[in-house]
Amino acid sequence: MTHPAHPIRPADPAGSSDPATPSSRDRILARVRAALADRPGSTAGAAGAAEGTAPADPPIPRDYARAHVPDDPASLVDLLATHLADYRAHVHRCTAADLPRTIAELLTAHGSRTAVVPPGLPDGWLRDAADVTTTIGGDDITAAELDRIDSVVTGCALAIAETGTIVLDASPDQGRRVLTLVPDHHVCVVRVPEQVVASVPQALPRLDPVRPLTWISGPSATSDIELDRVEGVHGPRTLDVVLVAPDDAEQPGA
Amino acid sequence: MSGTYLGLPSFPDAAHTSTHDTQLRANLTHATHTIRTKRATAINELPDWPQLRTAGAAIKDHTLHHLDHYLLQLETAVTNAGGTVHWATDADEANRITTHIIHTTGETEVVKVKSMATQETGLNEALHTAGIHAYETDLAELIVQLAHDKPSHILVPAIHKNRTEIRDIFHNEMAHWGRPAPDHLTDNPTDLAEAARLHLREKFLRTKIGISGANFMIAETGTLVVVESEGNGRMCLTLPDTLISIVGIEKIIPTFQDLEVFLQTLPRSSTAERMNPYTTMWTGTTTHDGPKNFHLILLDNGRTDTLADTTGRQALRCIRCSACLNVCPVYERAGGHAYGSPYPGPIGAILTPQLRGTTTPLDASLPYASTLCGACYDVCPVAINIPEILVHLRERVAEQGEGHRAERAAMRAATWLLDHPAALSAVERAASATRGLHPARLPLPGPAKAWSDARDLPDVAAEPFRAGWKKARGAGGAPRKDKDTPR
Repeated sequence: MTHPAHPIRPADPAGSSDPATPSSRDRILARVRAALADRPGSTAGAAGAAEGTAPADPPIPRDYARAHVPDDPASLVDLLATHLADYRAHVHRCTAADLPRTIAELLTAHGSRTAVVPPGLPDGWLRDAADVTTTIGGDDITAAELDRIDSVVTGCALAIAETGTIVLDASPDQGRRVLTLVPDHHVCVVRVPEQVVASVPQALPRLDPVRPLTWISGPSATSDIELDRVEGVHGPRTLDVVLVAPDDAEQPGA
Repeated sequence: MSGTYLGLPSFPDAAHTSTHDTQLRANLTHATHTIRTKRATAINELPDWPQLRTAGAAIKDHTLHHLDHYLLQLETAVTNAGGTVHWATDADEANRITTHIIHTTGETEVVKVKSMATQETGLNEALHTAGIHAYETDLAELIVQLAHDKPSHILVPAIHKNRTEIRDIFHNEMAHWGRPAPDHLTDNPTDLAEAARLHLREKFLRTKIGISGANFMIAETGTLVVVESEGNGRMCLTLPDTLISIVGIEKIIPTFQDLEVFLQTLPRSSTAERMNPYTTMWTGTTTHDGPKNFHLILLDNGRTDTLADTTGRQALRCIRCSACLNVCPVYERAGGHAYGSPYPGPIGAILTPQLRGTTTPLDASLPYASTLCGACYDVCPVAINIPEILVHLRERVAEQGEGHRAERAAMRAATWLLDHPAALSAVERAASATRGLHPARLPLPGPAKAWSDARDLPDVAAEPFRAGWKKARGAGGAPRKDKDTPR
């Protein structure tokens, strides 16, 4: 099979250099504009695209709910725990003072001998995990190396109660996306209540879309075989979520 | 669309075969009934579902009505974030660009995230011809690929296979592609998933190129979004050096905020979950995290033709949730393969003939692959009026189709008759007077035979309706009291 020469760089965004042979870009844009001929003015905003001016139209009706649950911090944390557990994440609660011991216990319970942590994990989180060899997952750690490590311990950007979701945004306490992907066991720490929001509409304004984002709702799962849900196909098969409250917070019977 | 599915039988022929496949029907009935029940539960959790549905439709319509604006805004944002944007007018061009990018890297293997767009373009076949191995990594797509089969459902491509069939496929085929299936593999889904995990992990760790589609592209930021369950998407989107995303131009939404609608409606509508297990969002390239090279191929392939149809363009709102498949009585009995395209079910019946045109017998038959019961419209999270488009496309097919000349002639005759009341009365009286002589069926000649052979003629009333009306209510139309019926 021959491969027609095709520039790997796209055509000059200002348009085709040869007006006699329009680029695919020009042809698609021309076809879009022709297709919208029934909507006069619909293409007028094209010139403003570079400046980011949004086309004027009636506003999108956004009379849907901003959240479906009361905005009460304690009940949001409970709801988060319930929904995480629904998707078979293991939920644990402790205070900040107890966090190192809780993490150490989770690693031991999983039988982990090695763990990787992002470079910016808060000091002391693995203080009590003396039996576990810890690697700092910097810029150069490879997927093959991670494949030989038992567990990963990270923080998160926020958690969404209604959907039972934790969101990672590659901040220093979470690290590169690969860290939380290749090891089979992920311990994720959520500071409650300040990192918990009620709903998806409340989560988005707190996130920066330009950072790589990973939303996690329970461990990896598939329903491809007769719609039977099976946990753990490719991502971590075990997800331990630790809800850590400030030391002075009143602890529910955890 | 690609020629991959050309030459397949038209829907009635394919359905005639598949509806006799009892194993297929049992697998499908189990799956569609399970998921539709769960979906209803998930949606009942959100009392504002109607508002979310309206907002989703409005966002998509607004984007489509200014598609050139948002395409240019997206191109600028992706380019500024370190990505490279390509434009492909059709499947062949998209496949050529993809092949060229891969050849430039010197690689001969790619891992793929499940993608409707690349099924539509027949990318795997094109790569194979170019000497490149494309590995599907979604469990269901892997099953279909290993079985040399085609997907039959948008969300659950191997929905037509049961666990025993899957065990046999893994047992017989895995060794040809890489790590063999474990000895004594059972048909337990957990064991089957574990076999797939081991088989695919070695590919994830060595392959330098990933290929994906996208569920959404955000014009203002250049962010792409992929929702998935298994983590194979995260693997393909994160581990390779080069990522190529092939995405239909209709997948744009204007702003990051707009995700608040679709990340609520898509998971609940497709897998009946509050949220899918994994969502990955990336914007161009990020230093020290993820692929170093990112190519976005914007695919037209019939979408601008669809956009030009003022009734049919609403099909471009589709977010590929597949809820319409799971409620469709026709899909449930005929199976996905009968639709002869990557898009089966009600959405396929309207999308495929618009993307490909209605020139082949298969594509011309698709608008008729429906009972017009409307269940698909009810469940659609972006309120696509599928029955309306089906009727619209039937009209288009009837205008061009040879087989419908008789129908047009019949309609012309009926129109004349209805315009001439005296003639109509005479025909009605004659029909009533001869009712004892009518056959149960009226075997028509020519192409109408298939239709008339399968249908009994209705009984003709002893008295024409209009005559009865006059008798009951008098010539002036006022109801006669003694004949008034109780309510």
